[in-house]
Amino acid sequence: MKSILRVTVNGRPREDAVEPNLLLLDYLRDQLGLTGTKQGCDGGECGACTVLVDDRPRLACVTLAHQVAGKRVETIEGLVTNGRMSVLQQAFHEKLGTQCGFCTPGMIMAAEALLRRNPDPTTAEIKTALAGNLCRCTGYVKIVEAVETAAQGRSREAAQ
Amino acid sequence: MSVHIPKNGTIGARTPLIDGFEKVTGKAKYTADMTVSGAYVGRILRSPKAHARIRSIDISKAQALPGVVAIATGEDTPIPFGVLPIAENEFPLAREKVRYRGDPVAAVAAIDERTAEKALRLIVVEYEDLPAYFDPKKAMAPGAEPIHADKPNNVLREVHNEFGDVAAGFAQSDLVRSKTYRFAEVNHAHIEPNASLAEYDPERGYLTIHTTTQVPYYVHLKIARCLQMDTARIRVVKPFLGGGFGARTEALSFEIITALLAVKAQGAVRTLQTREETFISHRGRPAAEINMKIGMMKDGRLTACHAEVIQPGGAYASYGIITILYTGSLLHGLYELPAIKHDAWRVYTNTPPCGAMRGHGTVDARAAFDDLFNVMAAELGIDPFVARQRNLLPHIPYTTQLAQRIMSYGLAECLEKVKKASGWDERRGRMPKGSGLGLGCAHFVSGTTTPKHWTGEPDATVNLKVDFDGSLVVLTGAADIGQGSNTMAAQVVAEVLGVGLKRIRVISADSAVTPKDNGSYSSRVTYMVGNAALHAAGELKQKLVAAAAKRLDAKPEHIVAMDEHFMVAGSQDKGLPFGEVVKAALVETGTITVKGTFFCPDEFKGSKAIKGSAIGATMGFCYSAQVVEAQVDAVTGKVTPKKVWVAVDVGKALNPLAVEGQIQGGVWMGMGQALMEETRFEDGRMLHANFIDYRVPTSEDSPDIEVHIVESLDPNGPFGAKEASEGMLAGFLPAVMDAVYEATGIRPDQLPLSPERMADYFDAKEAAE
Ligand code: FES
Ligand code: FES
Repeated sequence: MKSILRVTVNGRPREDAVEPNLLLLDYLRDQLGLTGTKQGCDGGECGACTVLVDDRPRLACVTLAHQVAGKRVETIEGLVTNGRMSVLQQAFHEKLGTQCGFCTPGMIMAAEALLRRNPDPTTAEIKTALAGNLCRCTGYVKIVEAVETAAQGRSREAAQ
Repeated sequence: MSVHIPKNGTIGARTPLIDGFEKVTGKAKYTADMTVSGAYVGRILRSPKAHARIRSIDISKAQALPGVVAIATGEDTPIPFGVLPIAENEFPLAREKVRYRGDPVAAVAAIDERTAEKALRLIVVEYEDLPAYFDPKKAMAPGAEPIHADKPNNVLREVHNEFGDVAAGFAQSDLVRSKTYRFAEVNHAHIEPNASLAEYDPERGYLTIHTTTQVPYYVHLKIARCLQMDTARIRVVKPFLGGGFGARTEALSFEIITALLAVKAQGAVRTLQTREETFISHRGRPAAEINMKIGMMKDGRLTACHAEVIQPGGAYASYGIITILYTGSLLHGLYELPAIKHDAWRVYTNTPPCGAMRGHGTVDARAAFDDLFNVMAAELGIDPFVARQRNLLPHIPYTTQLAQRIMSYGLAECLEKVKKASGWDERRGRMPKGSGLGLGCAHFVSGTTTPKHWTGEPDATVNLKVDFDGSLVVLTGAADIGQGSNTMAAQVVAEVLGVGLKRIRVISADSAVTPKDNGSYSSRVTYMVGNAALHAAGELKQKLVAAAAKRLDAKPEHIVAMDEHFMVAGSQDKGLPFGEVVKAALVETGTITVKGTFFCPDEFKGSKAIKGSAIGATMGFCYSAQVVEAQVDAVTGKVTPKKVWVAVDVGKALNPLAVEGQIQGGVWMGMGQALMEETRFEDGRMLHANFIDYRVPTSEDSPDIEVHIVESLDPNGPFGAKEASEGMLAGFLPAVMDAVYEATGIRPDQLPLSPERMADYFDAKEAAE
């Protein structure tokens, strides 16, 4: 039986009737139309579905929608403000941290979580933070560069 | 043909992807992101048997289940498909027999996932077991049960070719060595699972399919054939695509099944394949057992080589005939090699079909060759770089014995660059214990000049439209699969017309709108579609120049296009803005759409006198050299690549940023194959059908890959460009094998070099000492 889920998604409070066994991934993609969050595997293997729940990275494919009741969920769509890319998105775009783009939303969300808790990560810290997010196109070199560039960009932004 | 020299700074500039914004913001729509209201859910029932006769299929219970809209079985699919017209032997849904665990047997369209799943469980299939083969030598043994009736010995294709006098070459050699290699089967593991959305309009008999393909054209052809539909009523669209690496260079059963279900259901059907099913669809790089024999003179010069290859290719033909030929085709063209013998067998086995994967067919043979080359150079006391310099092609142009014409060759410069960058001369031989450096070289075709479906049409066609609003629209059938072909096409047009990229939109891979393209495979797109785009832009420029000349009262040959203006060369006057030129050109004509084409000249299509020379025939090879630094843990056996220096001759880097990205991805994929990737089966049951058991390198496993671009300016490539994404993959394998040798004294002969395998090597070494 469906029950009411109260949750904030990308800054907007929501109330939705949701099945008890609905995955957060399907809630976001099918019910809310937020298809930026991807599914790359059969559960917990690839990181493509990474979203933020109260600033922490979480795999939406192994999380029930009701588990995030009362929390703040952020998806790739939520990083855009007034149609503009965030510093991190911009860095992925300009440094070619994305090729086919399928891993990208999950990768960016994992990197966003990292930069929120550690604004100035080392290369090794970046690699560790992204180790659960598979990319088959880039060899990760430009992804790491993009995150490094974004970290610098964000600290400049913060200083201003 | 002379090389176009870019003047406007668009070509050669580090250019972020024109569709990168969509990718980083989540706006990009991939097939699984598309829905149609009321679409049914498609699911496929797969064989639990590796090889069996189908006695009966009972769908009555499933049919009676409320919510089931359509059920299809092999009865609905009497016509087989396959990517090669000479070997179409796969039925979208199995008929009479199943040939691997996972072979599709029936399919259901239902109102929701749960009903579809339940219906699959209600379908009763009776099988009669047949002997199944997982080892090619058993499949080939006399008396084995044929997997396909037309190949009683289970050999899909046997190849025997000899060029030059191999026996004489070995006889005159100072050193002859042979070594047997075993390469594991690997999978593309593109992160986006397979998916199709098919919509059927019964009123008009129209079928529209959005699908995860690298070659919409093949999907179009195969759906029409298998469903006996008029091609004119089919529309194939490739939305954003999450990688491919060759897996999607042929129509796959799930696509044809989804189309069939849509027709049967008289509506829309969406089939989302699981990761497990995506692995089952496979088409990966086959395992290979390669016996390589090479002859060398004391100074390192090559005399002859003999490669024997056995390749178990899975249950259906797929690209197999080409894959097995490719194990020989690229023994030519990298080094000067006077005599080459190639004996090879492509064998059917009862496992998911192999197909094309990045570096198609050439990778394992090239790796075996370059490894043995390293072994022999070491035995002769010659530095691997010096040995290679002594075997460079003696002159360019050069024609190989397979009739490949080589017009540009930057290998010498690639070697120089990585030698210097890696500090080879100072470091090799002096590495700390457990560390080593190794060198490997490779090359690959810039597109195959002989398309599989010969039609007499150009090798590429691009349409370019300009309208009253001053916008330019590039229409191309080329499938952007993440490699950036849309960006490449836009850059070419912008460069020729002297406009900014923002003026250009690229619409690609929608059969209702874009001209047909042969697809994204064999690294053909930059070379062929780039040339067609160059031609189209030139055609349009002529018209615009004529209009501008008239308005500026000048001769057309004096008009130049730059900075979004057309002006008289040398004049102080800024000339006419692009929009004004367009308006002038449209008078009395209206919207202008021009067409650009590209034909591969016949002299690049191999020789009719040489059997198999169409495979490996190309207009230009990309060349690469790479040095890998690796560390081997003597306790765990783990091989850790610390750094890679790679130099690649890409002709001309149209977009150095994208070229670097492609090169890094290619090297890295070679690394995955060399160190960890491997499919595994038990009695034909897949043991690796997820990303935990099929381990691809993570960010933590991945080293820095330093890219050096070499530009040899190919005389026929667009602005001199060649391919930039396949020709560096194979080089990682021998390079890391040589690094492991320096680190441990072990000469590996089996890949991947997993910790378990390295532990076995260490044990064997200890036992021998
Ligand atoms: S979709 Fe792969 S981890 Fe969630
Ligand atoms: S960009 Fe394709 S999977 Fe990462």
